[in-house]
Amino acid sequence: VTTPSGPDPRQPEPTPADDGSSSGGVTTTPEVTGAPGPGAPAPGAEPRPFLQKTLVRHGLLHAGALLGIVLLLEAISPFRNAQLAQMAYFVPAVAGLTVLTGINGQISLGHGALMMVGAYTTAYTLENAEGTPFVVVLLLAILTTTIVGAVVGVAAARLHGPYLAGATLALAVGLPGIALKFEDALGGEQGLRVSPPRPTDGFESFYANIFGDLSNQKFIALVGWALAIAVLFLLSNLITSRVGRDWRAVRDDEVAAQLAGINIGRSRVLAFTVSAACAGVAGCMLAAVTRLAAPGSFTIVLSISLLAAIVIGGLGSLVGAILGSAMLVFLPQVVTDFGAGQGLNSSQAANIAPLVYGIVLVVVMLVAPFGLVGTIRRKYLERKARKMLEAFAAAQSQQQG
Amino acid sequence: VQDFLNFTLTGIAVGFVYAAFALCLVLIFRATRIINFGQGAQAMFTTFIALDLIQRGVNYWLAFAAALVAGFIIGAVIERTIIRPVETGPEINAVIVTLGVFVFFVALASILFGNTLQSFPAAFSRSGLSPGGVQLTLRPLDLFNIAAVLIAMTALLVLFRFTTLGLQMRAAAFGQEVARLLGVRVGSMLTLGWALAGLFGSLAGLLVAGGELVFPGYMDFLIVFGFVAAVLGGLDSFPGAVVGGLIIGLTTTYMSAYRQPELVTLAVLVILLATLLLRPGGLFSSSVARKV
Repeated sequence: VTTPSGPDPRQPEPTPADDGSSSGGVTTTPEVTGAPGPGAPAPGAEPRPFLQKTLVRHGLLHAGALLGIVLLLEAISPFRNAQLAQMAYFVPAVAGLTVLTGINGQISLGHGALMMVGAYTTAYTLENAEGTPFVVVLLLAILTTTIVGAVVGVAAARLHGPYLAGATLALAVGLPGIALKFEDALGGEQGLRVSPPRPTDGFESFYANIFGDLSNQKFIALVGWALAIAVLFLLSNLITSRVGRDWRAVRDDEVAAQLAGINIGRSRVLAFTVSAACAGVAGCMLAAVTRLAAPGSFTIVLSISLLAAIVIGGLGSLVGAILGSAMLVFLPQVVTDFGAGQGLNSSQAANIAPLVYGIVLVVVMLVAPFGLVGTIRRKYLERKARKMLEAFAAAQSQQQG
Repeated sequence: VQDFLNFTLTGIAVGFVYAAFALCLVLIFRATRIINFGQGAQAMFTTFIALDLIQRGVNYWLAFAAALVAGFIIGAVIERTIIRPVETGPEINAVIVTLGVFVFFVALASILFGNTLQSFPAAFSRSGLSPGGVQLTLRPLDLFNIAAVLIAMTALLVLFRFTTLGLQMRAAAFGQEVARLLGVRVGSMLTLGWALAGLFGSLAGLLVAGGELVFPGYMDFLIVFGFVAAVLGGLDSFPGAVVGGLIIGLTTTYMSAYRQPELVTLAVLVILLATLLLRPGGLFSSSVARKV
């Protein structure tokens, strides 16, 4: 993952490696996007006080969130712990996808397949090199997914809309075939079992001193959320930085972006690669939480579920991504219980959730194309704009009177 | 050599079914510039309607016809209710809506008809023909499939070439404003386009299902193959879609026959990417630039 660059384009802060090699003609032009991120300073503004810097603000916010998760995990039942662990692996995938689709305008149905790459890398490494530290496994999973993502991204950068959707759909339908083809190494239909990471003794006793007993379940959820929050932190900085502004510019108007000196192709590939890396984290955690990497977990329905999650939250919104992930975890349980109560058998009841996703995708697109968070934010901005207009009009009439 | 001949014949038979499916994607794309990713799921759903009727003792051909009518109606209703509002918006919205249709129908079929494998009866014999003592794997069923697709294509051709209705549909697809000024009811033409595509897709679904096992996900691969076939043909050419379908049919059959049944979809993905990167307008494109 790349280093997040600061929000201020005039400071020589470290920019992501892929961007650093650019010719220097890439200057930041917030005007292109029409709506620079909240962290973008007006030209000629004074340096901000320490606490108002985007990096610091985001850092504090995410650290607080992690602490909140720890307390939450302590407060709730083991069953809810398991659900939170599940949510922890959806968050990075959904966040990565919402950045790709919402910020950069590329749709991907291949994120289920990319998660599969991450999950199988995790399972394969743990099976063939037992005792590899989890950090190394995680990095390997991210690395392979990033490479696959970069390759797909290079092809994807030239496509748009339905073509891109079709190509990534083919990837999602086709990739599980690899697991079946190399049955000896990848376990075929049964998949590979995964031994989840265990806490070190030092961490366990440290945790026991503060909160009490650390169950395996809780530990996994904790690791998952630490990673999810790290991903959210990096993404939130990235999308308010120059890179994020480039992505938005490319999404909104390719020609204008090109005129402003943005390399469209490179920007697209970078967005896809970053998004794929997030899916890699998600896949690795999925393998650790479910203790299994099998082709049945990575059907096209998974990819479309991820899409439903970003659509309901609002394309491009990280808060929306968290809400969407929550929907992916809690909604199936609720509706499946409901279905079972109506006398459906378990396999029928399990299909109510995808049914709802389908309805959600259609209805949200028709009624509130900006998603939940997007619609609320729009309403708020509209009201704010109207108030400012009114204040302006009042001031003018006062002047005249 | 005989093996090769057999595979080729099977490939052509399969290719015609893919071509039929590619045709309905083209039909919709020409009219509304939308790829209907829900097409496969709609077709699957109508196939299950037919299967359900057959299991209740309804005559095979009656059930067949009922499924086609259902496909027609579903296509029209989808266009009128949920596609019309997103037709003019950003293309990504339309894509997302059709994906919603896709997952909706797959889930609905699982709930209504069960998620298990069921065998769909074949209309004709499934044992290979042997003309002149040469044993072929080509079956009467395959001949029926080819014939059905050819008849449907001819009907479509007649509709578009020789009838006023077809002319109006072509006009609506070509230029909505102009067509409207000339008195064509563009909205109805678009609905009709989607309905016909639904019917055609339903036919393709029934042909794929004939004599095979069906389950709610059985059309997932067909949407990929049909899409790639349509792209090979340039997405707005009917003959192109047929050729694309045959190419994909032969490729997939050879791949399954000679080694790698699991990797068929990935091979098709490679074909798709190669086409889009090298000849984005399809195999028969003139030099007109096309944004993919």
